[in-house]
Amino acid sequence: QDNRISIWSAGDLGNAGLNGEYHGEPHLLCDIQHNGDVMDMQFLDQERIVVASSTGTVTVFRHHQNNQTLSANHRWEKAHYHMDQDTPCGGAACTGVVCNNPEIVTVGEDGRINLFRADQKDAVRTIDNADSSTLHAVTFLRTTEILTVNSIGQLKIWDLRQQRNEPSQIFSLAGDRVPLHCVDRHPNQQHIVATGGQDGMLSIWDIRQGTMPVSLLNAHEAEMWEVHFHPSNPDHLFTCSEDGSLWHWDTSTNVSEKPSFLHQGGRSTAYLSHSTINQSVVSAWLSNDPTKDRMEITNLIPNQTLSVNSLDVLGPCLVYGTDAEAIYVNRQLFA
Amino acid sequence: VPGADPSARQLCFAWGPAEVLVCETLFGRAGGCRSRCPCRSPCPSRLWAAGRAGGAARALTGSLAGTGDGAPSSSRVFVVRRDQDIYIQTLRKLFNESHGIFMGLQRSEEELAGKSRKAQLVQVSKNYRSVIRACMEDMHQAAVSTRDPALQGQYSTQVSILSAMELIWNLCEILFVEAATAGPLLLRLLDWVRLHVCDVDSMVREVLSSESPSKHKLFWNVVDVFVLQGRMDEARHLLSKEASANPTSMNMYKILDDLMKKMPVPSLGNTQTLTELELKWQHWHEECQRYLQDGTFASNPHMESICKILLGDEDAILEKKELMTTWYHFLVTRLLYSHPTVKPMELRFYAQSSMDLFLGGESSPEPLDMILMSAFEFEMHQVIKECSIVLSNWWFVAHLTDLLDHCKLLQSHNLYFGSNMREFLLLEYASGLFSHHSLWQLGVDYFDHCPEYGRVYLELHIERVPLSTEQKALKVLRICEQRQMHEQVRSICKIMAMKALRNNRLGSALSWSIRAKDAAFATLISDRFLKDYCERGCFSDLDLIDNLGPSMLLSDRLTFLGKYREFHRLYGEQRFAEAARLLLTLMTAHIAPCSFWMTLLTDALPLLEQKEVIFSAEQTYELMRCLEDLTAGNPDKQKFQDDDVETTKVEMLRLALARNLARVIVKEGTVEGS
Repeated sequence: QDNRISIWSAGDLGNAGLNGEYHGEPHLLCDIQHNGDVMDMQFLDQERIVVASSTGTVTVFRHHQNNQTLSANHRWEKAHYHMDQDTPCGGAACTGVVCNNPEIVTVGEDGRINLFRADQKDAVRTIDNADSSTLHAVTFLRTTEILTVNSIGQLKIWDLRQQRNEPSQIFSLAGDRVPLHCVDRHPNQQHIVATGGQDGMLSIWDIRQGTMPVSLLNAHEAEMWEVHFHPSNPDHLFTCSEDGSLWHWDTSTNVSEKPSFLHQGGRSTAYLSHSTINQSVVSAWLSNDPTKDRMEITNLIPNQTLSVNSLDVLGPCLVYGTDAEAIYVNRQLFA
Repeated sequence: VPGADPSARQLCFAWGPAEVLVCETLFGRAGGCRSRCPCRSPCPSRLWAAGRAGGAARALTGSLAGTGDGAPSSSRVFVVRRDQDIYIQTLRKLFNESHGIFMGLQRSEEELAGKSRKAQLVQVSKNYRSVIRACMEDMHQAAVSTRDPALQGQYSTQVSILSAMELIWNLCEILFVEAATAGPLLLRLLDWVRLHVCDVDSMVREVLSSESPSKHKLFWNVVDVFVLQGRMDEARHLLSKEASANPTSMNMYKILDDLMKKMPVPSLGNTQTLTELELKWQHWHEECQRYLQDGTFASNPHMESICKILLGDEDAILEKKELMTTWYHFLVTRLLYSHPTVKPMELRFYAQSSMDLFLGGESSPEPLDMILMSAFEFEMHQVIKECSIVLSNWWFVAHLTDLLDHCKLLQSHNLYFGSNMREFLLLEYASGLFSHHSLWQLGVDYFDHCPEYGRVYLELHIERVPLSTEQKALKVLRICEQRQMHEQVRSICKIMAMKALRNNRLGSALSWSIRAKDAAFATLISDRFLKDYCERGCFSDLDLIDNLGPSMLLSDRLTFLGKYREFHRLYGEQRFAEAARLLLTLMTAHIAPCSFWMTLLTDALPLLEQKEVIFSAEQTYELMRCLEDLTAGNPDKQKFQDDDVETTKVEMLRLALARNLARVIVKEGTVEGS
C-alpha cells in the first residue's frame, strides 16, 4: 500500500476573478510516505502536523516551508495496541487525535487514551482500558478536559487533572446504543456538543444538564464520519457521511424571515429539554421550537456517489475528500 | 512468469478468487512432493495457468521464497494476479473518474428520446474521452519528470496505449454514438484526423514561428499538411505570405487561392441538402480540372501538386505519405477531395482500398489498424473483440460496450453461459478492481448494474475484502446492508466480533453483535463477562454493562447480565427490598443459567443476614425451593459432594434460609400494634 501525507496549495486569494471565483486547481507542494492508513490528522502548530495511523503509531510531521518538504519529526510507535505488544498484528488503529499545543491526545480501537507532549519521548499519561469498546473520536472540552465517543453510543468526559482512570461523566443516547463516530464542541459555548452516529443521526447535547441529548436530527442515510462547527461562525455546522453527502446546517437567525424551509431529505425530531433556560441567551442549537427558529439544511454535493470521509472548514473555505480519491475545495462557502 | 522455469522444475497451480498460486515442485521427479507447496491434487507434469493467458502472463506481481526443506534449493511460490494495470498510480484517476461518468450514465433518464438522448450520450462519450486525455497528460508529465529509465519507458508505453484508446473511442463516437450522416460525417472525420495525427505539429510550429516562413525549407510541407487536412484558411494564409514574397507567381497564387476559398464543404446546419452540395462540388471540381489542364500551375510544381490534391488525385496524395503518416489520414483526405458526401455505409470500401494503397504491401497492418478497419466496417462486435485481445485491461472495452449498449446498438449477443456481452465485460472489469486494496469500492457499483450475475459476484467478492480497520469493516457492512446481503452481514460481524473478543474488547464485540442482531454471539459475550465475574469477584467494563439499554433484550443471557448488575447496584444503594425482589425474579423466571444459581443464592446470603427482615415468607419458600432444586439435581454433579466449600455453602444457606423463615413468620404474624 502506498499511503502518503500531502500538502497542497489551493490557489492564492489574489487569483480570484471578477466574480470571486478562484482560478486554478489545487496543486501538490510536497508529500511523504506514511505507514498504514491515515485515520485522523490535525495541525499542531503552523508547521507541525500530528497524524494517527491504522498501525497504532502516532507521528508528528514537520512541514518545512522554505524548501517545501515534509519530514517525520517525532513518532510514538505502538501508541495503540492490543494486549501483547510484541506480536506483529498487535497494533490497534489509532482512530482520533486532537491537539492543543503542546499537548496531544489520541484514542484508538484498543479503548486506550494517550496524552502526549510534543517533544517528549514517552506518553505523559496513558489511560489503559478507558473504554471496553472502540473510541472513535476525541476533542477538547476545556484545556484539561476531553470528550470521547465510542462504539456503544456513549459520550464521556474525562478530567485529565484527576489521577483516577474513570470518566467524570457519561452521557448516552436513549434507545438503541448506536455507535457514535464523531464529536465536536461549539467554539464559543462550551456546553454545546454535537455528535454523529452510525445511523447518520446528528445529536446535540447540553452537557450541563441531563445525560441525554437535547435534540436528535435525522440526517444522513449512513454513518456520519465527521461533524464540525464553523470555528468563526458557529451558527453553521457541517456533517459528512458514508452516503456521499455533505450537509451544511444553518441556524443563523435571519433564516427565520424567509418563508420557505429548505430541507433536503430527513425529518427533524426534537426532544424538549427538561429545565427552563433563559431563552434570550440560549443558542439556536439548543432551542427546540421548530416554528420559531428554522434551520436551513443544504446538501453541498450535486451528484453524490461514494462516501465523503472527511471535511474541514475555516473562514470561507470548505475542504472535503471522498472515496473516489478526489479532494474538493470550496472557497465561497457563504457567497 | 519471470523466474519460473518449467524445464528446471515442475509447476503446479491453484486457483483463488482473485489470484492464482503457482509453485515449483519436485513431484513426479523423485516420486514424491518434496516442496511445501499448496497443491491440492497431484501436479500435472507441465501445466500452468491459462485463462486470459495474456493478462495473467503480464500480471506477475511478487514471488515469495518458500521454506527450503532440506532440498538443495528452495522452492518458490508465485502469486499471479490477473490485473496489473490497476496498480499503476497514474491510472487511478482514470478508474475513479470513469466510475463517476459510468454512474451518471446509468442514472440518466431513459425517457429522453431522439435527439436529446443522443446529445446526452455524445456528451458522456466526450466525458470519457476527456478523462482519457487528462490521464494521458498526467502520464506524460510523469514520464518527463522521472529519472528512472525503466519507469520512463513504462510511462511512455502507457501514453501511447492511452492515445490509441482515445483514437479508437473517438472514431466509435463518430460512427456509432453520434451516427453521423453523410455530410457531417466528413467534418467529424476531419476533426478526428486533425486531433490525432500530431506528428507534424512540431514542424508546423517551427515554420510558423520563423521570421520569414516562406523562406523556410519546410514551408511547402506545412502548406501541404494544411491542404491534406482540409485546413483551407490556414493554407491560404501561408500562401499569401509566399505570394507577397514572390510577386511573379501572383497570378497563380490568386487562382489557387480562389479555388481553395470556393471549395464546397459540408455544413453542420441544414443550410444545404446533399444534392446541392454535390452539384456545387461537381462544378468546382471541373473548374479545378480546367485550370490544371490549362497548365496554369505548370511553372510551380508545388502549386501544381496542390491542385492535383484538390482534384483528389490519388497518386498526388500518396506522394505526401510522410506528411500523412497513417492510412486513415489518407482515407479522410481522399474522401475530402473525391467523395465529400460519402455515406457511412460506403466507408468500408474506401477504408479497405486506402489501407491497401497506403501500406502498399510493404508493411502488414498492425492490431490498431485492424481495429479501426472493423470500426469503418461497422462491425462493433469485432472492434470489441479485437480490443479485448490487444489491451491488457478490461477498462476500455467494458465502458465502451456499456455506452454502446445504452445507445441500443448491441443486440443481446448471448454468450454461451447466459449473460450478454456488456454484462460479461463489466463483470470481468469489476472483478479485476476487487483485487485492489482500495479500488474495490468502485467495483461494487459496477456489479450493481449487472442484472444477472452482479449480485452473486458481489457476494463472493465482498467477503474477501481485507478488514484491516474497523472503519473499513463498517464500509463493507454498509454496502452489504444496503443490498440486503444478510449472510455477508452476519459473517462479517462475526469475524469482527471474534477479533474483538480475542483482543479482550468486550464492548466492541457486543457492538458488532448488536449490529448483526446476533443473539448467539451476545450470549457468548455475556458468558465471558459472567466468567470474569466469577473468577475475579467483580465486574469488568461496568460502563458497558450499566448502559446496555434496549440492546439487553438481544439475548437472554445478556438480559440476565444486565439485570444481575442492576441487582448489585441496588444492593450498593442499599435498596434491599428491590434487590431481593430482583434476585428472586432472576431465579424464578429462569433467566439465570443453571450454572449461576449457586452464585445467586450465595448473593442472597447477605440479604438474609441483614438485621431487618427483607425476604417475605413467600420469597423465602421460593429460595428454599430453588436451593433444593439445585442440590437435588443431577447426581453427576460430583463437585457438590467432593467440594468442601460447596457443601459448607449449602449448609450456610440452609441455615440462613431457616433463620430468615423463622423471623419472617414471626414478623408477619405480629399484629401491628402500639
